[in-house]
Amino acid sequence: MKINDVILQAITKIVVFIILTLAVYLFFSGHHTPGGGFVGGLVLASAFVLLCLAYDVETVQKGIPFDFKYVAALGALIMLIVGLGSIVFDVPFLSQSFTSMESSLFGKIEISTVTLFEAGVALSVVGVVVTIILSISKDV
Amino acid sequence: MSNLVILPIIIPLIAGIIAVFLNKKVVITRGLTKIFIIANLAIVSYMTWIVFNSGSIILETGSWVAPYGIILVADPLSIVLVLTTNIVAAACAFYAPYSLSLKKEQHYFYAFYFFLISGVSGAFLTGDLFNLFVFFEVLLMASYALIVLGGDKVQLRESIKYVLINLFSSILFVTVVAFLYGVVGTVNMAQIAERVQEVEQKGVLTAIGILLFFVFGTKAALFPLYYWMPKSYIVPNPVISALFGALLTKVGIYSILRVFTLIFIHEINLTHEMFIWIAGLSMVFGIIGALSTNNIKLIVAYNVIPAIGFIIMGIGIFNQDAISGSVYYLIHDMIIKSALFLIVGVIAYVAGTSDLRKMSGLMHHYPLLGWLLFVSAFVLAGIPPFSGFIGKLLLLKGALTDEKIAIVIIALLTSLLILYSIMKIFIRGFWGEKNTTMELGKRSMKGFIGPIVFLLTFSVVLGIGAEYIYPSIDTISAYLLDPEQYIDSVLKE
Repeated sequence: MKINDVILQAITKIVVFIILTLAVYLFFSGHHTPGGGFVGGLVLASAFVLLCLAYDVETVQKGIPFDFKYVAALGALIMLIVGLGSIVFDVPFLSQSFTSMESSLFGKIEISTVTLFEAGVALSVVGVVVTIILSISKDV
Repeated sequence: MSNLVILPIIIPLIAGIIAVFLNKKVVITRGLTKIFIIANLAIVSYMTWIVFNSGSIILETGSWVAPYGIILVADPLSIVLVLTTNIVAAACAFYAPYSLSLKKEQHYFYAFYFFLISGVSGAFLTGDLFNLFVFFEVLLMASYALIVLGGDKVQLRESIKYVLINLFSSILFVTVVAFLYGVVGTVNMAQIAERVQEVEQKGVLTAIGILLFFVFGTKAALFPLYYWMPKSYIVPNPVISALFGALLTKVGIYSILRVFTLIFIHEINLTHEMFIWIAGLSMVFGIIGALSTNNIKLIVAYNVIPAIGFIIMGIGIFNQDAISGSVYYLIHDMIIKSALFLIVGVIAYVAGTSDLRKMSGLMHHYPLLGWLLFVSAFVLAGIPPFSGFIGKLLLLKGALTDEKIAIVIIALLTSLLILYSIMKIFIRGFWGEKNTTMELGKRSMKGFIGPIVFLLTFSVVLGIGAEYIYPSIDTISAYLLDPEQYIDSVLKE
């Protein structure tokens, strides 16, 4: 018997965008307040998991055609490259630097290398969480 | 400040990530693995040269000064162990393509292999107790993946035990670090040492030390806590067993060596006296295990336990000779254990079985393999002039200086039985009539012998060249017995 999941699918279509917005917000707020790449990544991953629940894995994979193992590896690679950058500038590994600039839209914003590192963290978390969820769901 | 210290940790990480991306292109991955591991070996050799000539290299990551930030310390002990790790890893990299099936290689073997090396190097290099835990987790995660690689029924059964026991000891580890942080208010090893020294290790500190010993003892497979180890080490592929046998338990023993020569050194009568008892029991029970079985892989796996016993005995005796002996034995054992695991891997492969009762007459077909096993038995048991002898000589000298006669007798008897346990493989497997039921001579040993000879060369050089190597080992033990040096180099007072 096919379960009627029209309501779940309809709500998911909207809720996913709310979750994604929250993820981006958490990601950027992590600079000075609670949040950051790890939390942002987890929330981002939960959006994918919700999609997989509402539809099925094949549909989601068709829409988002990444191998999430590679996403995790890419995230780790970004982190390492950011870390290696400090070797190029001959400062201790993982040293960070930042600057602020004026922008007409947001006012004063800070730009720092940590954000790049956090982007790597977020990608890794998304990759790992989705890989785990997909491989668990495969066997059931 | 020198970014050199981070290289042995991130080069394997980068290589591992590249191996994830190239997991289906096995030929390229194999080539890159060899290039990366040799480059890493070269860098670590260069670092060793620097450390022994101009002192420890210290890196305060992210420009956060010690004791507030995370620091990495390449002191003589850790850099020598990282060097040995890379030697073993290089041999395994060349052995792996012949030993593993294509499917296993594609299932991220090389990626996890590099993550394991990265974790082990990190555990040796970190100067921070919490990061020791983190690197333990890195290497354990990689080892969980490696132990189930292939997914046989027996592997899954053993991996449950392995994962559970390691998970439990990790929980205990992080709890104990929290206890220690609650008492001394820091996780930087140099600062912990300094503060423990100020209060003369009074109060609960000794209890915390003993808890920490049990955590590391579980990882190192010491006497009451070794039961998970032998069977789970023999289920994966030989090359993975070699990595596990050579590196994982040794990280545990390194942690004991570090913590109980740097931090908890003010209640020696209690803690270190206990180590000697545990050392004796580990030797006895380990060797009984090795003698009780006819499975050649299990014989070698059980031999890990007495070796750990010898090293912990040196830490327990705690004088210069004994600590030198422990360090020497640690290096020697990492190399010879991996060589032995690789050798029995080949024997099991060519004989088609790892049961001694079903083998005989291998010598007719594989004389070279027989002699390699013969030499490694001598190295392991400590027959002069090989490396085991120098380590044991120093340990026994240290024990006799402190008049610990009982442990000397146990150690000597254990050595004899170790020789017997390995020789049993030689006598039963290699001597005797050609066995017609076994299809011998059909499987080629091509590719297997090179890495084994490479490792045995180091064992022989460690023994014969002891005169040139011993001064460095002596430097290490003098350094370990004087914790002020470590504290000063880290905290720069």
